[in-house]
Amino acid sequence: MLKTILSRVTQTIIVVFLLVTFVFFAVRAIPGNPFASDKATSPEEQAALEAYYGLDKPLVVQYFNYWKNVAQGDFGDSLAMKGRKVSTLISESFPVSLKLGLLSLFLGMGIGIPLGIIAALFHNKWQDYLAMVIAMAGICIVAFVLGPIFQLSISRPLTWLNVAGWNRTSDILLPAITLCFGVAAYLARLTRGGMLDVLSQDYIRTAKAKGVPTLQIITKHALRPALMPAVTFLGPAFAAIITGSFVVENIFLVPGMGQHFVLGVTSNDYNLVLGLVLFYGILMGIANLLSDLALIFMDPKLRNS
Amino acid sequence: MQKFIPFLADLAKVPPVFRNLIFPALASLAFVSCENRSDVEIANEENILIIGNSNEPKGLDPHLVSGVLESNIIRALFEGLCVEDPAQDSTSLPGAALSWNPTEGENFTEWIFNLNPEAKWSDGVPVTAHDFAFSYQRLLSPDPNWPAKYAEMLYFLKNGEAYHRSHFGNILCGNDPDFPLSWEILKEANFEGDKKIKLENFANKDFSKLDEKNLEKFEKYLTESDTLDFKKLAAEKVDLDGLSDPEKRVFFNSKGIDKLNKDQLTFLKKRPELLNWTVQVPPAVRQLVLDRLIAHHEAGKPNLWEEAQVGVTAVDDFTLKLNLRGPVPFLTEITKHYTWYPVPKHVVLRHGKMNTAYSSRWTRPENIVSNGPFKLKIWRTNHVLEVEKNPHYWDAETVSLDGIRYLPISNYYTETRMFGDDQLHVTYTVPSELIPMAKEKYPEQLRQEPYVGVRFLRVNTRNTPFDNPKVRRAFALAIDQKSICEKILQGGQQPASGIVPPFGTYKPPGIIHFDPDKAKALLAESGYESTSSFPDISLLTTNSDSGLREAEALQAMWQKHLGIKVRITQREWTTYLQKQYDYDYDLCVAGWIGDYLDPTTFLEMWVTDGGNNNTGWGSKEFEDLLTKAENTADVPTRMGILSDAERTILDDTPVLPIYWYTTNYLIRPEVKNWNPLLLNNHPFKFVKIEK
Repeated sequence: MLKTILSRVTQTIIVVFLLVTFVFFAVRAIPGNPFASDKATSPEEQAALEAYYGLDKPLVVQYFNYWKNVAQGDFGDSLAMKGRKVSTLISESFPVSLKLGLLSLFLGMGIGIPLGIIAALFHNKWQDYLAMVIAMAGICIVAFVLGPIFQLSISRPLTWLNVAGWNRTSDILLPAITLCFGVAAYLARLTRGGMLDVLSQDYIRTAKAKGVPTLQIITKHALRPALMPAVTFLGPAFAAIITGSFVVENIFLVPGMGQHFVLGVTSNDYNLVLGLVLFYGILMGIANLLSDLALIFMDPKLRNS
Repeated sequence: MQKFIPFLADLAKVPPVFRNLIFPALASLAFVSCENRSDVEIANEENILIIGNSNEPKGLDPHLVSGVLESNIIRALFEGLCVEDPAQDSTSLPGAALSWNPTEGENFTEWIFNLNPEAKWSDGVPVTAHDFAFSYQRLLSPDPNWPAKYAEMLYFLKNGEAYHRSHFGNILCGNDPDFPLSWEILKEANFEGDKKIKLENFANKDFSKLDEKNLEKFEKYLTESDTLDFKKLAAEKVDLDGLSDPEKRVFFNSKGIDKLNKDQLTFLKKRPELLNWTVQVPPAVRQLVLDRLIAHHEAGKPNLWEEAQVGVTAVDDFTLKLNLRGPVPFLTEITKHYTWYPVPKHVVLRHGKMNTAYSSRWTRPENIVSNGPFKLKIWRTNHVLEVEKNPHYWDAETVSLDGIRYLPISNYYTETRMFGDDQLHVTYTVPSELIPMAKEKYPEQLRQEPYVGVRFLRVNTRNTPFDNPKVRRAFALAIDQKSICEKILQGGQQPASGIVPPFGTYKPPGIIHFDPDKAKALLAESGYESTSSFPDISLLTTNSDSGLREAEALQAMWQKHLGIKVRITQREWTTYLQKQYDYDYDLCVAGWIGDYLDPTTFLEMWVTDGGNNNTGWGSKEFEDLLTKAENTADVPTRMGILSDAERTILDDTPVLPIYWYTTNYLIRPEVKNWNPLLLNNHPFKFVKIEK
């Protein structure tokens, strides 16, 4: 187990390093100028701004300076939202996205896993088809379609539920439901696949032959191995969902992290993009490690290898 | 299905960690606040106005922002010398100043503002004339590290421009009445440098041989055998001794006297012939000019503020004197713009130097102090910004609202839905697709009001085929403006016959009207055949949906009326801007909103090499007319001259007008005193919520 953890941590460090390196040069290759504004910027101003943010130095020097600053815990200033630190922007928006992400993840699990189990048990019957149609719809219908539908059909009639915003406790509901559909859909498909696989195993047949009730077969024998593909998916899904979604935040006016990703790129905000990528990379590493550990916990075969 | 219901009960047997997470989440769903009143109902009781404000503000320092949404907040927090009337354009009410008058009757070049001794900052400190003098000095700071976008708003002040642009020659010699040569003659000598040559632009390129276009710029300094080493010329520390004479000549003439440092001036003093002086400047005067500049640099003064005598004086604590570059009869209009607002000297200096820009924390919620009807209460990124009534405000009894909540709603469809769900009093806008719906569903709430702004196309006059005015004119006349307004926008916009929207006493020349036959005729006259042989040209626009729809309409019109196929290039915002600054476009859709109610706000941007011109166009005649208007105090005469100036630019057509803007927004009926205003700057101190 220690070996798994160590190798995961090493992998994460390498991946994050490569990721940041790639993104560092990639964002600087995007055409556009972080200091362009609707009022003209004079060459002197441009030069002064570049000097202030260290962008006048050769790329390689900038690159090493970036790591040097990160090592000192400094992610730099945002270039687009001037006067604000990247670390402040992340620490303000991450708790919001975390809260929203966790709720939608649990909702997604609550819907997706039972749906997958039902589909597997009624393999090739109408229940299966219905569940899979729902799942496909969940994957295909994107948030910018679902969000407005929910706003108009759910929150308009309900007085206590707002269309958008982030002030009332209830404001989390609609964005969470919108976000959970994608997760639920994937989980349903993965659980169904896993379940079908397990149900055809010899030991299940043995249990059936012994006369164990179906419900007990599922909960005691089949569920744990059947959920393994879903757990593998949950790791990255967890990291993705708690770092926010641009579309959902934009539709529901949620002050989360997702919009920083998109606006950071469109406004050529190098520091913000890099800070987010670094943060996201580390989160992804942790999430993968957690899902690995969960798999080890679930599968005795892995524990011994 | 029934036999599986117990399965749900089994879920409760999941591991405790899991259970501890899932149940609070479910419980929170059950116990969500069951507030049955809408946001607006609650806000009405609290007497707070909720308005959609489009996006997260870039900042709150009145000297550093340039956007409309920031101005909406700053106008609630700060107050200028005069205040907008809630119902009438071009009317000024007392703000930080109780009264004002030009000192010499109808001359309008010197104004006295008597400040209100009762006016206080939100921390109780009185607002004085020194705050204003400090603010104007701050905004005009010539330091390149000072990123103020709107300093030119203060160029109305005498010597404001000279100080802001560090025009040493003008300040040290031109301001001195005893100088042996008048500035009018002296300025023909090369003080500002040859604007065509930017050495930095050549520094990183390896020009073993200059191409024709660039060679032109250097021609007057070169003899046939000369070659130039740009690396040396553009180095941070130029070694004058290492340069050949032609290189020195390029160096001095491209930089101009104003930008030379002490050593370079001393060198030039020894060899003044290296600079192109005009004949009217005799050698003795050349030496005198250089001596003055050298002496100034030797004195080691950081900047020119004292010598510049910029036209702002705090006569005493509550008397502010403004000297202007020429007669400005509409000065009170300009003082309503946020660049003319005071900033609190004592607070700005507590958190940094005078012109510490973004690293200063004086605008953060815990530090900011303001002099307007409201003060900052909450500011959360991408979430909410709220202001509350300022108890120290001198006219607090007029202020009806207890606060304003600004929501950064960048998705305008969401904004309209929020309005329908009673979450907003006023929206920022209504997207054009939703206007028919709004007309039907919210006929009472929808407002469509004229707004001083113009939508137009920039034309890159430096490249073929648009270096030909006839081609430009043909493209302008082939735009069916009316159908763009009525079929695409549907927001009550008006076809633009010029670049200045109609308002007040200004009579626009009104030259550009849709005329496909004349457009075809002009294209034929221009010598270009339409269709196949016409050069490949592209239309630059932003990557928004509305931008694309508009571009496609224009594309179709040119195809139909001129037979010319134009490519559409969509770029995201910063690239779109950069391409214009780099002249990397043929045609480009753009907009301009007036800053104050005077035609100059639309005309001055078109001077040669103006920061927002970007068309490569320039005209001496046009600039002379602007200068003439600058020195004319009589309003009707002045408007006539400005109308002529607009005619000059339209005749040459470096811009193709499309339409004049309107504002489209939704407003709840209980909001009172929110009247149509051309600049859409509603003074919040008069706004009321009727219960």
